[in-house]
Amino acid sequence: MAAGAASGGSARADTYKDARGWLLLPSWAVLGIFVLGPVCMMLIYSFLTKEFRGGVIWEPSLAAYDQFFFDRGLFGDEPPKIEWTYISIFWRSIWQAGAATLLSLLIGFPTAYFIATRPENVRPVWVFLITIPYWVNLLIRTVSMKFLLRDQGPLNDFLIGTGLIDSPIHIVNTNFAVQLGLFYSYLPFMVLPVYAAVERYNFSLSEAAADLYASKWTTLRRIVLPAVKPGVVAGCILVFVPSMGSFLAPDLLGGAKNFMIGSLIEEQFKGNAGNWPFGAAASMILLTMVLIILMFSARQQAKADKAGG
Amino acid sequence: MKNLMKSSAAAVALTVAANAAAAEGKLVLYHWFEYMPQEVLDKFTAETGIEVTMDTYDSNESMLATLKAGGMGTYDVAVPGDYMVSIMAGEGLLDTIADGELANKGNIAPEWADPSFDPGRSSSIPYQWGSTSFAVNRDAYNGDIQTTDILFNPPAELSGKINMLDSQGEVMAMASLHMGIPQCSTDREQLKALNAMLQDAKQHWASFNSDTAKEVLVSGDAAVGQIYDGFAAKAREEGANVEYAYPTQGYVAWMDNVVLLKDAPNRENALKFMDFLLEPENIAAVTNYAQYNAGVTGVSEHLDPSLAAQPEKNPHANAGEGVFIEVCDQETQAVYDQIWTNLKK
Repeated sequence: MAAGAASGGSARADTYKDARGWLLLPSWAVLGIFVLGPVCMMLIYSFLTKEFRGGVIWEPSLAAYDQFFFDRGLFGDEPPKIEWTYISIFWRSIWQAGAATLLSLLIGFPTAYFIATRPENVRPVWVFLITIPYWVNLLIRTVSMKFLLRDQGPLNDFLIGTGLIDSPIHIVNTNFAVQLGLFYSYLPFMVLPVYAAVERYNFSLSEAAADLYASKWTTLRRIVLPAVKPGVVAGCILVFVPSMGSFLAPDLLGGAKNFMIGSLIEEQFKGNAGNWPFGAAASMILLTMVLIILMFSARQQAKADKAGG
Repeated sequence: MKNLMKSSAAAVALTVAANAAAAEGKLVLYHWFEYMPQEVLDKFTAETGIEVTMDTYDSNESMLATLKAGGMGTYDVAVPGDYMVSIMAGEGLLDTIADGELANKGNIAPEWADPSFDPGRSSSIPYQWGSTSFAVNRDAYNGDIQTTDILFNPPAELSGKINMLDSQGEVMAMASLHMGIPQCSTDREQLKALNAMLQDAKQHWASFNSDTAKEVLVSGDAAVGQIYDGFAAKAREEGANVEYAYPTQGYVAWMDNVVLLKDAPNRENALKFMDFLLEPENIAAVTNYAQYNAGVTGVSEHLDPSLAAQPEKNPHANAGEGVFIEVCDQETQAVYDQIWTNLKK
């Protein structure tokens, strides 16, 4: 696919080569100032000495990374052991984000499939309906979610009213509430790329499979899914990555009882700890992990393309 | 919540700007959320023609972080709590108010004129003072609530229904009172016991939240909430059957103070604003809104008469002592930070 686009556009590309490079300047400037700059700053800060109550002293130090990986006891004078605290915080975040991604996929894929199989003129209406709730600020949506789920909220009132349960189900301040919150926050990031992929899918392939006596399940698994995989992968990444760094849903719906990566980092800059190098180091470790995940999925994708092509 | 506060602060700033007919300059205020009634700012603008812009924060620590991360030179005044005044002075973030620069300095109540956190009131004036303890929903529990056991070793009916403030200082201070140990202990056994006690208490807690400390009590999401006295009074007025406790082990006392920041872009206007807040009538309007206490003499005639009778303002005879949060040195603080991380990991 990439090769086709390149060969088709090469003549034009040559003509506009100079102009095109020049036109990219604003985006490079934006990326440089607002992405590369802050990341470099974080990288540098993570290797500096912490100043008491926030700030950094310009002396190189590995203390932040040491704190992340080694446990020296409550008083910091025991022989170093492996520090599980932060690893378990990262693991919790990965797990929560993974569960939210899976939930999004389970709900998002059928939704996207449904939209893509509607007549062409009504599809935009469905996409529009999917995006409407997201015009509202994320914070408001998360708080509203809490109102819906609380013990005395409409959901429990309804379930009790219908006689399905006797006493309210505790959902707020549980991990499940966090997963629901993350799922709800990022669902369109799953639906839209999957929709785009399914819309491009040639449905005569499904008919051909049916003609060859493939069951519906086999058709889905062996024909549809491989064809729309890029959209699914993109959707999963778009849900997983922001979920990992999120702290709004864990704080509001999870009761902030356990740090997630996002809240751990926030605490280093805004909380009592005031440990900027450690916050920077945790951010760098998060960034590295996300990069590894992205590179891994890109390589898998490339492999699959190669095998398929 | 924070963003919500920010945008409402921006809206406030716009309204104020529109009302200032003859602008005599500006004042940039960095303040807690839900702590400054709009009519007081309007009155200040009407009297002086100074436009007020207000940004808000939700903890002393986040305010300090913002100022240290390049916020200095943006704001004229901030409103830190007692211990934060000492920290900010130590960090060199406060400007000194010379003798005679504040016409109304004499209005400061004698007991607040020379506090330990700002001797001689060289950089600050009182804003409001009050206490932090906890409130219990009386529909959920009928027994004795005048003990810190309610938070740290609660009866079965309250277990799992407790909201703690998401603030290390408040939680640690209360925990120290519960155990009867100093706030900045260096005794290893005491610190280990504190760590273990908090680990054990956590199973009884539903959530950590400061922004919604009042809402969770009103909505019934929490039956017990660590909370400030004025917030507890508001929760009661909003219909929650809550009683504010003054535990026999003691409670946290605090005073928020208006400080003059170093490099204030509108230093003169900041001083005018401080003088304005030292007028009994004006600071009484803040007290009527926030429902705490002013540290200024002569406010009583301007106060809402119902305030003085509030149960939240009147510790019972057996109440323990109110203590300020203490500032620990770096080495000691590192242990407390570790205990806090252990608690929330």
